[in-house]
Amino acid sequence: MSESQHGALRLRVKRIEAVTPEINRYTFGAADGSWLPPFSGGSHITVLIPADGDTRRNAYSLMSSPYDTSEYQIAVRRVDDGKRGSLAMHTNVREGDILLAGIPANLFPVSKHARHHLFIAGGVGITPVFAQLEELSLKGSSFELHLAVRGPEHAALGHELKERYGERVTLYGHDGESRLNTMDVLAGRPLGTHAYVCGPTRMIDDVVNSAHALGWSDSNIHFERFEDLGSTGDPFSVTLARSGAVIEVSPEQSLLEAVEEAGHKLPYLCRGGACGECETEVLELDGTIDHRDDWLSESDRATCKLIMPCVSRATCTKLVINA
Amino acid sequence: MTAISESAAFKTDETYTPEGKYQFRNSPEGVRRLPFPFPDDDYMYSMNLEPHVPAGNGALRAAFDIDEHYVSECTHRAQMLSDMPGVHYLALPHMLEAQWDLLELIFESYARDFPEHFTLTKNGNEWRWQNRLLGIDDSFTFGDPSTLPMDPMEYATRQAQGEFVVLEEKDNTLVIGAGMTTQRADYSLKFNLGMSFFEFHGPVPKLHEMGILDRALKFLLRMKPGHPVRRVNWSLTVNPRLETSVETLPEWAPDRATVNGENAGEKVYLRIELQPLHRLPRSNAIVFPVRTYLVSLAELVEYAPDWAKRIHRALASLDPELVDYKGFHRYHEAAVEWLSRHDDGAPLATGYPWAPEGIQPGGN
Repeated sequence: MSESQHGALRLRVKRIEAVTPEINRYTFGAADGSWLPPFSGGSHITVLIPADGDTRRNAYSLMSSPYDTSEYQIAVRRVDDGKRGSLAMHTNVREGDILLAGIPANLFPVSKHARHHLFIAGGVGITPVFAQLEELSLKGSSFELHLAVRGPEHAALGHELKERYGERVTLYGHDGESRLNTMDVLAGRPLGTHAYVCGPTRMIDDVVNSAHALGWSDSNIHFERFEDLGSTGDPFSVTLARSGAVIEVSPEQSLLEAVEEAGHKLPYLCRGGACGECETEVLELDGTIDHRDDWLSESDRATCKLIMPCVSRATCTKLVINA
Repeated sequence: MTAISESAAFKTDETYTPEGKYQFRNSPEGVRRLPFPFPDDDYMYSMNLEPHVPAGNGALRAAFDIDEHYVSECTHRAQMLSDMPGVHYLALPHMLEAQWDLLELIFESYARDFPEHFTLTKNGNEWRWQNRLLGIDDSFTFGDPSTLPMDPMEYATRQAQGEFVVLEEKDNTLVIGAGMTTQRADYSLKFNLGMSFFEFHGPVPKLHEMGILDRALKFLLRMKPGHPVRRVNWSLTVNPRLETSVETLPEWAPDRATVNGENAGEKVYLRIELQPLHRLPRSNAIVFPVRTYLVSLAELVEYAPDWAKRIHRALASLDPELVDYKGFHRYHEAAVEWLSRHDDGAPLATGYPWAPEGIQPGGN
């Protein structure tokens, strides 16, 4: 299986297709030609995108079959005014290029207990559903999809799914007229139906509110949780009080990793913000700490006198820690 | 030192039952490679989860460790399964995908870490599995249960050391969906099946107050495939008995009254549990393996004198609630008294033995 020493995958861009005016589909293989790690429907990978001399880390759902690990596919919608990661994917990345990505993780798995799976998606939110439907289809599970798009030119992915799954797929907006009404879709469903929604925030809110109004329980309503940021983010620098060393923390590494790379030691155990081992005193701070651990209490966080270097970062002009 | 030295070849005649007269012993190398679970003289629960990366040449070299007891443990498992069908191995129907994930994880790990004993050959989904220690050479279709003589999880774990509990992620918690548990330390798989993380940890004292469970669950739910984590745990038991389940309690609990200050060294065993947790890639389930090591207090004194001193101090100062929960209040004093004769009070290193500058076995 393809895996580099830091657990990052090296992916070769095999194909790039424009599927709508705003969305490209990228097909990746392992750079060394081996198999990619298996995954489950609803999984995403974090792609490291070179952009303007910097690196963006964007999470994209895998839309290829979970049962074919010779390839991964993602779809990227170009966002012109965002952090420019998607723009770089559209303008800089070419077929044959090598990109680094994390191992797939799943924050949006299908329920193993559902008797019927009801998917509601909007726009590029269809991507995880591609892999989920493939998984359910191969298992012979019962499912249906309601997909809303903004117009005929945005409907290509929907037509692909319609071709695969026929009557089980209903499109809205592809004809410029029909509209998705979530109350209608969710009403009158038997117990054992699980609903999944993936799309813009207002669509998720709409589906969750409608489902609640119709008496659905939360355990039967699924939507993708917020992206797990891990320990990466914007760069900052930290001063170790005891040695006076000033250490730059790059976007790709945690504070702990940067300190270790510079040849210094901090205590650690879990490296995931849970065990408390690396808790370190903050001596000086001009800015704010981005607490990402499960260890510090709310009051500890508010005082900004402590930091967990294995996951937490800072947005600051100065940070001195007691290490 | 290699992971399994030549002098400590696989033993095939060991037993873990009174009927078999407890024919069990560790070689010196077998003791000195253990994942000794006491980093300090004082013991209390902690969130001792760490990335499961290879460390040293002992029990932490491989993703799933095997040792000189591999063959006899597999024999014991087969015996337990046939003695009490439907008690030690259970899997809910929706866990089938996780079963295949687990089979793949165990077989790939064994074949990678012990190529002299195991070979896995894949041709698409047509797999061939060779286990030279147990004389198995089978071909099957990955994902097709009809090509195996039993459930994939049962098939794989009958050939694996340690217990395996598979947890399904559901409603932001983890729920027990399957288990192969012929070495249970005082719980019932049948009773716990379907319980959530907080439910099956219910009997453990102090965890809730310490906030450990909340943090542990959040940490585990963030686990990703390819990034396993491990922790160690421990208990004491009387005789080298692996199967100490709730179901057979009347058979083993009376043994606890047979320990005294004279025989504690031979009678009392430290039961070390190495738990390397993995997220499974297709099912999104988490496997919670419990690799159990038994070592008598006398074996520790003989082959790992510094560890014997450490366990003396940790037991002597142990919180009474933990003594109670771990089930050895009947012979706690006897064990401490026996160990005290082998502790000169010399200062000991802190940290797990696999950590830099951690406590080593001592002696030669």
